[in-house]
Amino acid sequence: MSEFFNYWLGLFQHELVQNAFLAGTMVAIMTAVMGYFVVLRAQAFAGEALADIGFAGATGAAVLGVSSLIGMFVLTVLAALGMGALGERIRGRDVEIGMVLSFALGLGVLFLTIYAQYGTNATEGVGILFGSILSVTRSDVLITLICGVAALMLLALIYRPLLFASVDPEVAETRGVPVRFLSIMFLVLLGITTAETVLVVGVLLVLALLIAPAASAVQLTHRPLTSILLSVALGLLITWGGLILAFVGTWGHFPVSFYISAASALCYFISVGVSRMRSPRRYRDTPPSCSTCSSPYATPLPSHLLSAREPANMVD
Amino acid sequence: MFDILQYPFIQNALLAGSCVAVVAAIVGYFMVVRGLTFAGHALPNIGFAGAAGAVLLGIDPVIGLFAFTIVAGISIGILGKRMNERDTAIGIIMTFALGLGILFLSLYFGYAERVYSILFGQIVGISPRDVQITAISSLLTFILVLALFRPLLFSSFDPEVAEARGVPVRLLTIIFLVMIAITVSLAVQVVGALLVFTLLIGPAATAMRIARSPLWAIVIAIVLGVCYTFLGIVLAANNGVWPVSFYIASLSFGVYLPVRLLSPLWRGRWARKSDPTINRGSTTASQEGDQEQRTTFKAMGNTQGSAEARGEL
Repeated sequence: MSEFFNYWLGLFQHELVQNAFLAGTMVAIMTAVMGYFVVLRAQAFAGEALADIGFAGATGAAVLGVSSLIGMFVLTVLAALGMGALGERIRGRDVEIGMVLSFALGLGVLFLTIYAQYGTNATEGVGILFGSILSVTRSDVLITLICGVAALMLLALIYRPLLFASVDPEVAETRGVPVRFLSIMFLVLLGITTAETVLVVGVLLVLALLIAPAASAVQLTHRPLTSILLSVALGLLITWGGLILAFVGTWGHFPVSFYISAASALCYFISVGVSRMRSPRRYRDTPPSCSTCSSPYATPLPSHLLSAREPANMVD
Repeated sequence: MFDILQYPFIQNALLAGSCVAVVAAIVGYFMVVRGLTFAGHALPNIGFAGAAGAVLLGIDPVIGLFAFTIVAGISIGILGKRMNERDTAIGIIMTFALGLGILFLSLYFGYAERVYSILFGQIVGISPRDVQITAISSLLTFILVLALFRPLLFSSFDPEVAEARGVPVRLLTIIFLVMIAITVSLAVQVVGALLVFTLLIGPAATAMRIARSPLWAIVIAIVLGVCYTFLGIVLAANNGVWPVSFYIASLSFGVYLPVRLLSPLWRGRWARKSDPTINRGSTTASQEGDQEQRTTFKAMGNTQGSAEARGEL
């Protein structure tokens, strides 16, 4: 046993391992808290898009020779502002998000090609796509910590109105809650979160950390605060588990992001199973009556049909 | 500029690319109508894992692509109808598949190059045999869409009524997801896993802004898709450095943006002309501000509006 502890203490003396765990912990907490709102607001696709936009930012920064974290911050926050300006009904705007996403990916591919041309090897790009927690520097960790704490404090400030606006936007709006402003604010915070998460698991796997802990927690409990706490606990478990497995390397030296994504999927499907077993059979297929879960046939109509179906302006 | 057309590998790329573009435009149209955008983004990434696994096992990546995307398509179709939960489940399956993909590739020697060619596509590497496979599979998918055209359209636009009329909506959804899976597997070879999504959604989204009727929208989507692919390949081959996927993505975004901004102009006029009962209120019915105002007004209308109306009476 003491041998084991000595081994770990030895590992933690490396700055590399310290950085990985510090950044991983901060990111796990942030994604778990933000993820709860992402799941509640059904904005998984927006989160994915922000991550892919971060890819363009990171590769662009690499071409310019700037820190990739800064490149990602700039582009994701800009994109979040743009998406927020499009309106709060992001769910129906999948097509527009998709167009921006594909353009961002195209740009990212271009930057990556230019970058891989002018010099160092191609593994850097793979690092951005799939995460390279071992190359996280001390200054990256500091930025992550400061931005993370600031973002969490901001979120705590807007917690109640944001929860209201997420659960029932229409009622919240009639009650005078600034739904639109909150939506933009939330997307900006989400942009910062995804940019930091890219450091740990890479562009393609941001969604694992962002959604899985929160979605699992939502399956297990319905109370907001309990869900968030459970989500943070699960997020930390997944991240630390992934890091430890990758560092110890008992089953071969596989990438951290593989362990994290596998653990996330496992966590989600176990909790879905648990919640199915707990709920009586007869309630299983009835959709819940909250407004965030849309009707069983929630296929959004194309906008030209929507506009045709809307009744004429009610004022005249 | 068009000198490069005489090279056989460019011809192969153009042939395969055009087949893929046609099928992707049709399938993409239904995808956008059905709100399966996220699934269209997830399936290529899942296919990446399949291709990586096939590379590891030493078989043709196309087989891995087909296997993974079709299984994933069927499971997404079975997963359920509720949007919110479906998106979450799709996201988690997608990231798990990507994690598997990176695992497979890390086990494979010299993996960075391989990652790139699967993720970003490699037009140079398309053999005549690939062109044959692509053409035949595209043709089959195309025929399948034609055979299912009416029920597919019906169940896409109004699933509830379609189900009441006896259309097998659930089955159609699963068949449709398998079609997306096949299209994706074909397209990955040309544009790469990350940008298949562009070919699926770009032409369809633009065409739906231009034309109102489904048939016209699909025809325009096909034309746009083939143009993007053709131009993208020619430009990339001329430049020699910048990837095809970048050109296709920029072209599709560059066309979409003006169409998106200007479409209320002609959309409004047509809407009023074609059905006079609807949309007399404002010309720019599809603009966000208007619609949002209207929903807020409706939300308030239940409480205040009706009271005011009664007061006036």
